[in-house]
Amino acid sequence: MIPLNHYLILSAILFSIGTAGVFLRRNLITMLLSIEVMLNAVNLTFVAVGRYLGTVDGQIITFFVMTVAAAEAAVGLALIIALFRHRETLSPDAFTALKW
Amino acid sequence: MSIDPQLVAHLGLIFVVFNMLVISSAFMVWLERKVCAYIQDRVGPNRVGFEGALQPFADVIKLMFKEQLRPKAADTLLFMIAPVISAAAAFAAFSVVPFGTETTVFGLLDEPIPLQVTDINVAVLVVFAIASMGVYGIVLAGWSSNSKYSLLGALRSSAQMISYELSYALALAAVIMLAGSLSLREIVMNQTGYWFGFIPKWYLFLQPLGFLIYMIAGVAETNRAPFDFPEAEQELVAGYHTEYSSMSFALFFMAEYINMVTVSAVATSMYLGGWLGPFLPDWLAWVWFLVKVFLILFFYVWMRWTLPRYRYDQLMEFGWKWLLPAAVLNLLATAALVLWIG
Amino acid sequence: MDGSAIAFYVFAALTVIASLGVVGQRNPMYSVMLLITSFAGLAGLYVLLDSPFSAVTQIIIYAGAIMVLFLFVVMLLNVPREEPGPLGLIASLRGPRALRIGALLSVLLGVEIVWALSRVGVGWFGQDEAATSVSDVSRIGYELFTRHAFAFEATSILILVAMVGAVVIARRER
Repeated sequence: MIPLNHYLILSAILFSIGTAGVFLRRNLITMLLSIEVMLNAVNLTFVAVGRYLGTVDGQIITFFVMTVAAAEAAVGLALIIALFRHRETLSPDAFTALKW
Repeated sequence: MSIDPQLVAHLGLIFVVFNMLVISSAFMVWLERKVCAYIQDRVGPNRVGFEGALQPFADVIKLMFKEQLRPKAADTLLFMIAPVISAAAAFAAFSVVPFGTETTVFGLLDEPIPLQVTDINVAVLVVFAIASMGVYGIVLAGWSSNSKYSLLGALRSSAQMISYELSYALALAAVIMLAGSLSLREIVMNQTGYWFGFIPKWYLFLQPLGFLIYMIAGVAETNRAPFDFPEAEQELVAGYHTEYSSMSFALFFMAEYINMVTVSAVATSMYLGGWLGPFLPDWLAWVWFLVKVFLILFFYVWMRWTLPRYRYDQLMEFGWKWLLPAAVLNLLATAALVLWIG
Repeated sequence: MDGSAIAFYVFAALTVIASLGVVGQRNPMYSVMLLITSFAGLAGLYVLLDSPFSAVTQIIIYAGAIMVLFLFVVMLLNVPREEPGPLGLIASLRGPRALRIGALLSVLLGVEIVWALSRVGVGWFGQDEAATSVSDVSRIGYELFTRHAFAFEATSILILVAMVGAVVIARRER
């Protein structure tokens, strides 16, 4: 049997991998993908603790997190497309000035 | 070390289902060519074997001997993986479909096992999930071929598939509401019995509009006529599988036919009462299942060679503006019905 | 070691390696495919946690819809491979100052959480009764539509707003 700690530690590792991705990558799409990794790590925590406590609340919150992640990905990608049209590049360093 | 007979029985079942799917895809090749021929007032393959029954095997052998081409500018890893994803998704979707009652393999087993690879309590959602994974095979094939016909075909095909997935799911949702369960076996078991002694209690009679929506969405999901614009020979050479040859092409072909078989099998389980039927004893009930699936497959092939093709924008407009509202209305009506009755 | 323990380690390894690939890969197409693999690993973990509904919705929503959207955008923008820049954790320690601090912070975060969690007492999952009650889909549906009904309705409005917003933002200006 796997204790709860193993799941929480796994989730922590995934979360820090996602954070590292957001900090280190210089490409907007990969930064969004790293944010998705972080959201998934949080989902795993919810489901694991929900199972530990015997309630379905964990899964329900996961459901909402997934939906919000979908909405966020849609709007984020639309923004990336609009940004790409102006600057022809996806590096966040190109968008440092408020006015161009 | 003793081998658990239940485990052996399950492995045998997986083997049987896998082979059944492969043979059914070969059978579909033959069926398609024969039906197409008779609709077009000719005879079709009749040289190889009795009435051309061995023709699909001849085709496979021919395909095996062809050279496996790979465009130089193609992304090798994705190019090789794409047909595998398509075929794997097609096979995996069938794993939750029940095709018979429990069997004890002629009394060899202590406990009966159900004739189904696995029985999960969220079976319908699993079918839907794996169907949505099938989109990736097409998208990756189009992208990694590095050719404009492939890319256009892949984008159109995947946009079509994800648009019609919505109506597909809503039609199924109405049946789930009626049955009160997501497990395909329970849905079939809910359809036992007869009204007035001779009309079987299939969900087809409670959900005629739902069945129609499901079949239309299923045809669109599998990229078959009249919704096969992405593969239209006249417009796009061959769409997303233009650059594929030999066994990769055979994999795509097989994936398409097995998707058709899965859509038919799910339609049979949810609307036509699965393996339930009169006259046959329980241990032969899978024969009824095969008969019903065969009828739907015949209908598929018949439609392809009879109806003209939808243009792409007509196809998308139909999916979003007509089919989706119809599916939502069907769901609301079913909800009202369930509230009124129970 | 019984089957579920082996399954846990296999899925956990798959998820971690795929996530490392997402963060480390230069070709954005491969990043997207590796993220889908990591979702598959997570779905396996959810099934081990007796939550097949979460597993299946993860595949349908995340792997089946959101990732297709990412894939379309990557194909549409024809995102080039990233220029070889400060990539791995080690390489970025030699990069510009912001990246060095970022790498250090994420390593610190990981180490801190893992250390904290391994200090807490080990919790074991309840057997049988808790298991069957969590995997029951009708119970999820019941709670979703009664206790969490407000969140449900708010989320549906959120999705509507996001849909309209995405269409408006990405539209080509005429």
